[in-house]
Amino acid sequence: MKLTLKIWRQKNSQTKGELKTYPIDGVEGDMSFLEMLDVLNEDLINKGEEPVVFDHDCREGICGSCSLQINGEPHGPDRLVTTCQLHMRMFNDGDTIVIEPFRAKAFPVIKDLVVDRSAFDRIQQAGGYISVNTSGNTIDANTIPVNKHDADESFEAATCIGCGACVAACKNASAMLFTSAKVSQFALLPQGRIEATERVLNMVAQMDKEGFGNCSNTGACEIECPKGISLENIARMNREYLSASLKG
Amino acid sequence: MSKLDSKIPKGPLADKWTKHKNDINLVNPANKRNIDVIMVGTGLAGGSAAATLAELGYNVKTFCYQDSPRRAHSIAAQGGINAAKNYQGDGDSNYRLFYDTIKGGDYRSREANVYRLAEVSANIIDQCVAQGVPFAREYGGYLDNRSFGGVLVSRTFYAKGQTGQQLLLGAYSAMNRQINRGKITPYNRHEMLDLVIVDGKARGIIARDLVTGEIERHSAHAVVIASGGYGNVFFLSTNAMGSNVTASWKIHKRGAYFANPCYTQIHPTCIPVSGDHQSKLTLMSESLRNDGRIWVPKKKEDAEAIRNGKKKPNDLSAEERDYYLERRYPSFGNLVPRDVASRAAKERCDAGFGVNKTGQAVYLDFASAIERYGKEQAAIHGNHNPSKEEVTKLGKQVIENKYGNLFQMYEKIVDENPYETPMMIYPAVHYTMGGIWVDYNLQSTIPGCYVTGEANFSDHGANRLGASALMQGLADGYFVLPYTIGDYLSKDIKTGKIPTDTKEFDEAENKVRELLEKLINNKGTHSVDHFHKKLGHIMWDKCGMARNAKDLESAMAEIRALREEFWRDVKVPGGMNEMNAELEKATRVADFLELGELFAKDALHRNESCGGHFREEYQTEEGEALRDDENFMYVAAWEYTGDPGNEVLHKEELEYENIEVKSRSYK
Repeated sequence: MKLTLKIWRQKNSQTKGELKTYPIDGVEGDMSFLEMLDVLNEDLINKGEEPVVFDHDCREGICGSCSLQINGEPHGPDRLVTTCQLHMRMFNDGDTIVIEPFRAKAFPVIKDLVVDRSAFDRIQQAGGYISVNTSGNTIDANTIPVNKHDADESFEAATCIGCGACVAACKNASAMLFTSAKVSQFALLPQGRIEATERVLNMVAQMDKEGFGNCSNTGACEIECPKGISLENIARMNREYLSASLKG
Repeated sequence: MSKLDSKIPKGPLADKWTKHKNDINLVNPANKRNIDVIMVGTGLAGGSAAATLAELGYNVKTFCYQDSPRRAHSIAAQGGINAAKNYQGDGDSNYRLFYDTIKGGDYRSREANVYRLAEVSANIIDQCVAQGVPFAREYGGYLDNRSFGGVLVSRTFYAKGQTGQQLLLGAYSAMNRQINRGKITPYNRHEMLDLVIVDGKARGIIARDLVTGEIERHSAHAVVIASGGYGNVFFLSTNAMGSNVTASWKIHKRGAYFANPCYTQIHPTCIPVSGDHQSKLTLMSESLRNDGRIWVPKKKEDAEAIRNGKKKPNDLSAEERDYYLERRYPSFGNLVPRDVASRAAKERCDAGFGVNKTGQAVYLDFASAIERYGKEQAAIHGNHNPSKEEVTKLGKQVIENKYGNLFQMYEKIVDENPYETPMMIYPAVHYTMGGIWVDYNLQSTIPGCYVTGEANFSDHGANRLGASALMQGLADGYFVLPYTIGDYLSKDIKTGKIPTDTKEFDEAENKVRELLEKLINNKGTHSVDHFHKKLGHIMWDKCGMARNAKDLESAMAEIRALREEFWRDVKVPGGMNEMNAELEKATRVADFLELGELFAKDALHRNESCGGHFREEYQTEEGEALRDDENFMYVAAWEYTGDPGNEVLHKEELEYENIEVKSRSYK
């Protein structure tokens, strides 16, 4: 396949960026999107140019490092995959592909396609945990049975990889899907109920402080989420938040 | 040889850990506030230890090259975590988990360490459930288990195919609680590039801020390395792209011995290589071997017909298939340990029975499981005479519930539906049992420098059993290190803050600067990847699943030559004082190019086959690994002397007092 890539290049957070055009040849369908960028980078290095910087690590869709806005969609045109698992067979010979970083005020660009997602860490630090010491001296794991349905739903919410696609997909750059996934994971488990009130209040407050936008229920986040995190989590967080606010 | 004192406590095996905990010194809570600890790596071993040490009151600084601790490669572990809970009532116990691990490791690990691991395993599950880790449950609400290779009980706890993710997020949440309290200061997007030793003790590190390029000095009373394994020395592996040996290699060069570098786990069930552009390999969890049956065609003609597309796997009847693991190992069948399964796959493919275009793949087939589960489900739903379609539909649902994400991942990568046609799999580098030598306290040969998780060598001998890496990482981090490091730190309560404006820090920082400048100014003609790929080829061809003296000797020479070529000819674009991914890669590959030679040297000196280390010269008539207990029942710990090809060997003899050492059989 021959392709034309239009890639966002930006030296650092202080400078302005721009889209630059790179033709690329010899792309195979079995390559992942990032392997296609590896080929481009090898070529750039050989020509004495600076390679394109992008975040990536596990390359199996679980670490949440990779991002990229591909032709306007976070993680590109395929569904339920991260960019590292997007394969070039999704594209056709002669295509032009526009590659940009995730765009959000709370995700400033560091360089080229790399953005700063530390706001997500700070939301987790505000309450995304159960306050139990790691002494191992807790009760036996089977002392509290958990309804399988709740356990499964909690697990589904917990599979969020923190990549930020939900924010990049949202016209308001809202982080509601991300935040609600963690709130839901704990809200659905008996051991998480104890701090439920404080947790939701603190995490939502931090989310707002980071400059993420509001949720207007368009559902774009759910469609673009590589892990299929459900919008129901947002509804659950709203209920949790409302009841916590009344208590608080 | 006093340096290789394993410090194993005296007394009966089952009492050692308890007695040791009672004997060691503690640090008073008020004094802990004056003590700093550096943690390099935030995966299961590092994240859990950081959280626990901070809870105890120490001031912890964590370092990871990723943009968040949550992205450490523990996240990619799929299948599960072992614990001797015996919830299934199938005869499990601490002793059995201990025994399975020692045997699985082919009698090359330390009894006392492994027993401790088994002993604390049950606590891990309690801890994780308390933290809100959503393990799989049965309909009654209790925790579910499954089986992994090399054992005859079901002791593996899991969260679908994302167990590592869930456990890591548990440790990350515990870290977050401490970050919020101000007890952990996280340095993300930072890489440790050297260890600082003051008066013979580890007292700090030199790190590079990967965003600004700034070189930083960080001091502490102890330094913990939890930076994972070095499988990426093979270029292609299931490790993350950034996984590296640098932190371990730097402490090795500062005096920490490197143990058993050649013990590498080649995992049997990975997606086969598809082409030259390949950047990494993807694992398909071992848990799939609970339900998948591994086979190749019985006849070479059929294998050939499949390779050139004239036949499909489903065209072959059961009689025309060779379920070679079930044939060779009737009692463990498809659930033999990883090293055995990998070698058996290689043997069939080398003999001409491989099934994909390259001939380097075998089938992992779920058809029987789909049928079995389908019938069971139909019966549960009161349908005692289901049609074939109904059975298949119900069976697929069960498989989807168990392994859905893995099947989806396979389909995305290979573009084939594994519910309809068998998966193709082939072994790939996955885990390194070797690592920095540590004593019972997890302390390396450098006082104050501790090593946990995959980065150390301690618990898995020559082969790790499935679902035991997560167990070891969390055991080290939550339950072992927090006790043992206290004993060391109890001597530091009056030391006060370690200054960084000293000649030791100057020297280490200058060394790092020189290294980086050299790479940037080299202006050669080939990229870092060019050299990394070449190294990977040498490693895979000559130090991979089967090794021999001649190949290993030539590997040493080739790696040495490649290393010289790298330093002459590598090209690193960009500058030092900015984000520079190529420079990061270059520092890591430079270390791999040294480790690789030591790896081959270690494999060459070990004139026996054991676990993942298979020397062609040492095998039984049936092609099984042939150990030499008389001459090689020891840990090979290498001391750096300025040249990886000429390191000095130190031996820690292994003693088995509680287990009868015999030849490993899974037949």
